[in-house]
Amino acid sequence: MNAHLQPTGSAYFITKETQEIERHTLSVLVDNEPGILARVVGLFSARGYNIESLTVSETEHGRRLSRITVVVTATPRTLVQIKLQLERLVPVHKVHDLTSEGASLERELALIKVAGSGDHRAETLRLADAFRAQIVDATVESFVFEVTGKPSKIDSFIALMTPLGLVEVVRTGLAAISRGPQGM
Amino acid sequence: MAERMTGAEMVIQALADQGVEHIFGYPGGAALPIYDALFQQDDVQHILVRHEQGATHMAEGYARSTGRPGVVLVTSGPGATNAVTGLTDALMDSIPMVCITAQVPTTLIGTDGFQECDTVGITRSCTKYNYLVKRVEDLPRIMHEAFLIATTGRPGPVVVDIPKDIQFALGDYYKPDLETLRHQSYRPQMDGDADAIEAAVDLMLKAERPIFYTGGGVINAGPQASEHLRELAELTGFPVTSTLMGLGAFPASNPQWMGMLGMHGTYEANLAMHDCDVMINIGARFDDRITGRVDAFSPNSRKIHVDIDPSSINKVVRVDVPVIGDCERVLAEMVRVWRSKTNQPRSEAIAPWWKQIDKWRAVNSLGYKNSDTVIKPQYAIERLYEATKKQGKEVFITTEVGQHQMWAAQHFHFDQPNHWMTSGGLGTMGYGLPAAVGVQVAHPDALVIDIAGEASVQMTMQELSTAVQYRLPVKIFILNNERMGMVRQWQDLLHGSRYAHSYSESLPDFVKLAEAYGGKGIRCENPAELDAAIAEMLDYDGPVLFDVIVEKDENCLPMIPSGKPHNEIILPDTANIGDIIDEKGRALV
Ligand SMILES: Cc1ncc(C[n+]2csc(CCOP(=O)(O)OP(=O)(O)O)c2C)c(N)n1
Ligand SMILES: [Mg+2]
Repeated sequence: MNAHLQPTGSAYFITKETQEIERHTLSVLVDNEPGILARVVGLFSARGYNIESLTVSETEHGRRLSRITVVVTATPRTLVQIKLQLERLVPVHKVHDLTSEGASLERELALIKVAGSGDHRAETLRLADAFRAQIVDATVESFVFEVTGKPSKIDSFIALMTPLGLVEVVRTGLAAISRGPQGM
Repeated sequence: MAERMTGAEMVIQALADQGVEHIFGYPGGAALPIYDALFQQDDVQHILVRHEQGATHMAEGYARSTGRPGVVLVTSGPGATNAVTGLTDALMDSIPMVCITAQVPTTLIGTDGFQECDTVGITRSCTKYNYLVKRVEDLPRIMHEAFLIATTGRPGPVVVDIPKDIQFALGDYYKPDLETLRHQSYRPQMDGDADAIEAAVDLMLKAERPIFYTGGGVINAGPQASEHLRELAELTGFPVTSTLMGLGAFPASNPQWMGMLGMHGTYEANLAMHDCDVMINIGARFDDRITGRVDAFSPNSRKIHVDIDPSSINKVVRVDVPVIGDCERVLAEMVRVWRSKTNQPRSEAIAPWWKQIDKWRAVNSLGYKNSDTVIKPQYAIERLYEATKKQGKEVFITTEVGQHQMWAAQHFHFDQPNHWMTSGGLGTMGYGLPAAVGVQVAHPDALVIDIAGEASVQMTMQELSTAVQYRLPVKIFILNNERMGMVRQWQDLLHGSRYAHSYSESLPDFVKLAEAYGGKGIRCENPAELDAAIAEMLDYDGPVLFDVIVEKDENCLPMIPSGKPHNEIILPDTANIGDIIDEKGRALV
C-alpha cells in the first residue's frame, strides 16, 4: 500500500473553533526596557495570535513606563488567553481590554501626501477642510495633510484623496483610552 | 555594604549569596573571566560537563530533586545555543533554573563577532525571562532578580547574558533589597481567593463521583504541598490520580491511589476522569496527553482548577471554579475549610463510586504476559523496583523519553515527591542520563537510576564521562529493544507498520562503551539472570551502564489513541493495535 494514499495519523487533536472572531483594543502598561516590544510581539507570533495594529511609546518618563495599544482579532476565549499571557510577561504591569471594559476613545493620526494641480488642488483643499485636515507642508504641486480621528475617518479621507493625486500615507496606528475619570 | 569587585566576581558572589553550592558548566573564550573567578574561591563547586545540553538537564535534575534552583554556566555562541533544549525543557516543566551565558564584549555585539549569537533573542521564547547585562552596575541586581524570578510563582528558566567586558569591569557589589527590584510588575499571586476556595470545598462536599487530578505544581510548591494533599485525601476519602510530572506527590502505596492518568495511564484513572462528577485539578494544566479529545473530556463533571499561573485557567478546558494561587497554600486552606465544615469523610456517599473504581481496577490494565525466554520491559522495571526497595537508600529515578519512560511511570512506584525526574512537556530524549548526574551531585549517597532507552541514551551518552570524573555512581538501566519503541508503536498504530527509520541498524556494545568511559558495563538477556544482574549493578560503587536486552516489539499499554475519548482506551489484551484506530481517528491532525 502506498503511504501517500493513507490518511496520516497524529498524536494531536484539533477541535473546531465554534466562537466568532472579534476585534478588540488592548492597552498594555509595561516597563520601558530593551526588548520589551520583541517580547510582546514574540508572544503574539509564538502563540498564533493576530495583531491588526500596534503602537508604543513611553508615557511616564519618571517611572520609565510605556503604553502599548494593540488591536487584535480573536475569539472571546482566545482574547482572555491573550490578556493572561501578556500579564504573565515579567515587565508587564497591567493589561486592559478597552473594548470589553466599556466606552473608550480611539484615535489615529495620519500624514497624507497629495500631488496635483489645477482643479484637483482646489477640490483637495475643500475636502481637507471638511475633514479638518491640517496642511503641514505645501508646495506649488503638493500638500502634506495631518488628519486625526477615528481610523474610519482616516480611511474615508484617504479614499477621497486617491483619485486626486494621493502619493503616500503614513499612519501612527491606534491610540486608545477609556472614557470617564478612571485611569489604568 | 557595597564591595568593590569585577563583574565576574560579582557573579560568583551572587551565587554564593544565593546559597548555590554547585553549578554545571563548560568554559569558552567569552566566559573565561567568570571561570577565573570560580578558580579563586571555594564556595561554589563547578561540575564540568561534556556538552552544554547535559549541563541544563543536570541542573534540572538537581533542581527537581532538591527544590532549589539549578545553575548553569556556558560560554557565548555555541555554548548558549547548546543550552536551548534544556532551557525549553525547563520552561515546559516549570523547573527553576538560572543559566548564565557569556557574551562577546559589548563593543562587538552586532558585528557578527566570533562566537557571537543573539542569546537574548534566541532564548526569549524559551525562558521565563532573560537579561542582557549592559552595565556592571546592573549586574548585582540582575543576578538576584534572576533567582527571584526563576524560583517564585510558576518556576522556570532565566538567562543572564553577560558580555566579556562587563565581566572585567569594576563595580560595587551589593545585595539588593528584593522590594526595590526593577520589576515592580512581577508579583505572583500566592494565596488563593477565599471565596473560590470556599466554593471549591462546597462542590467537594456534594460530590458523589469525585477525583483529585494532581500535577507537577504540587511538587513545585514544595514537600509541604504533598503533605497537605495527603491530608486532604484522607479527610475526604476521594481517589487520587496524577500526571506524569506529579508522580510521588501522593504515595503509590496508598489505597486511594489510582495510578497515573493520560495517554498511557491506568484504565481506572482514565475512566474515573471521564465519569467523575467533581474533578479537583491541583497544579496540572490539562495537557493534551491528559485530555485526549477535549470535546469528549470528562463531559459531565464540575471542574475545580488550582494553579499559580492565571493563564493556565481555561486555556484548554473550561473550569467551573478556578483558584489562582500556590498549591501549598491553597491545599492548606482547603484542608482548613473542609475541617470547618465537616469532620467526616464522604465515605458513604461515595461508596458506590469506589465500587465502580474497584471494578475498573480489576481489569488490571497494567498487566502483561511475562515470558521465561525473553525479558519483558515491564518485568525488568518491576524487578528493579523490588531490588531498590531493599537497598535501604533513598532512591531517585530519572528517565529518557519513549516506551521505557511510560513503563517506568507505570511500574516503578513513588511514595515521595521530588524522587522522579522525567521530561514531560518537551519529551526530550537524552534528558535522563544528565538529569541523573545532577541528582547524584545533590544527593551523593542516594541510589540514582536512569531508566533509559538505547536510542535516547545515545543523545547525551558522553555525560557518563562527567559521572566518572566526579565519581558519581549513577546507574543507567537501558531497556534495549533495538527500536525507537515508541515511534515503532505509533507506526504500527497509524502508518501501516512501515518502520521508517525507527530502529538502529548499528548499536554500540554498551558494555565496552561503559568500560571505555571508565565505568562498569553489564549485559543481561535471560529473565532468570536478571535479579542477579540487577544486584551486581546496585552493588557496584561507581557508574554502571546496564544493557537489558528486552522484548523488541512490546507495546506500551494501556493507551488512549488519537481521536478517542478516555473511555475508549486500548487494554493490554488487544492483539493487533493496527486495527484499533478508524479512518476518522487517523485523519485527525
Ligand atoms: C530529542 C528527541 N528527538 C526525537 C524524539 C521523538 N521520539 C520520541 S520517543 C522516540 C524513540 C525513543 O527510543 P528509545 O530511547 O529506544 O526508547 P523506547 O521507546 O524504545 O523505549 C523518539 C525518536 C524525542 N522525543 N526527542
Ligand atoms: Mg528502544
